[in-house]
Amino acid sequence: MKFAVLVFPGSNCDIDCYKAVEQTIGQEVDYVWHTATDLSSYDCILVPGGFSYGDYLRCGAIARFANVMNEVQKAAEAGKYILGICNGFQILTEANLLPGALIRNNGLKFRCHQSPLEVVNNNNPFTRDFEQGEIINIPIAHGEGNYFCDDETLAELQANNQIIFRYAGDTNPNGSVDNIAGVSNKAGNVVGMMPHPERAVSDILGSADGKRMFTSILNAWREQHGTAING
Amino acid sequence: MKATVYVTIKENVLDPQGVAVKGGLHSLGFNEVGKVRIGKYLEIELDTNDRAEAEARLKVMCEKLLANTVVEDYRFELED
Repeated sequence: MKFAVLVFPGSNCDIDCYKAVEQTIGQEVDYVWHTATDLSSYDCILVPGGFSYGDYLRCGAIARFANVMNEVQKAAEAGKYILGICNGFQILTEANLLPGALIRNNGLKFRCHQSPLEVVNNNNPFTRDFEQGEIINIPIAHGEGNYFCDDETLAELQANNQIIFRYAGDTNPNGSVDNIAGVSNKAGNVVGMMPHPERAVSDILGSADGKRMFTSILNAWREQHGTAING
Repeated sequence: MKATVYVTIKENVLDPQGVAVKGGLHSLGFNEVGKVRIGKYLEIELDTNDRAEAEARLKVMCEKLLANTVVEDYRFELED
């Protein structure tokens, strides 16, 4: 399986994403610069966190028009797996690949700490190795992670099982609608989340729960391609 | 022509910055302050004299980039 980690000017979690792929599932992975015009050889595209284009205008607003985003659009339509983390999530909402928008945290603070998440939907290629309803421990680090969508969109997300993660219990750090921490598109192949699974791939980092997002996607890809599945 | 574009947070969306500034004004004794909303103000120079065309293209600029219409409203003024 082949992974692309997109790199925009101002991305800063690209190395973490690359290492997470390399060290958790040992698959092929490349950094892909924002000017790239062909992503057809990749099975999964990771849009990493950071501050692309200095967060100018709005987080993700400028990155969304980078050349590579046309290819991300095509990959999404082709059913390839796409995961946007933190600023990557903001970019995917700006690009209309995911519904809603991320606005300023309701407490105005940049929140940077471990965050318990509830796996709301494990029937998704990125979450199949979790238990439904399981509480996992993944760090957050954002100032603009307050997920917002209108009531109609929220009802649709709930009806189509597009809510993938919620902040567990009463731990919502940013005021997001319905405690949402991560959502998918309708088809389920595009997922965006504010927490950072790539920073939770080893116990010495505080949690290894993020590792299962990477094993999930590899197993989903293997199943799709008829090869052996990791136990 | 010169365009002035105002981007504001939709009424039904919380504006935490506005709430914080309101608190700041209250603590300075400006107790008459009610709601505060913070938005963006952009000055754009346009190389055209065609007002109708300028309006049409500004609308596209706002929809595509300057505002995120999921959470923001926009309006603009044009002067020659």
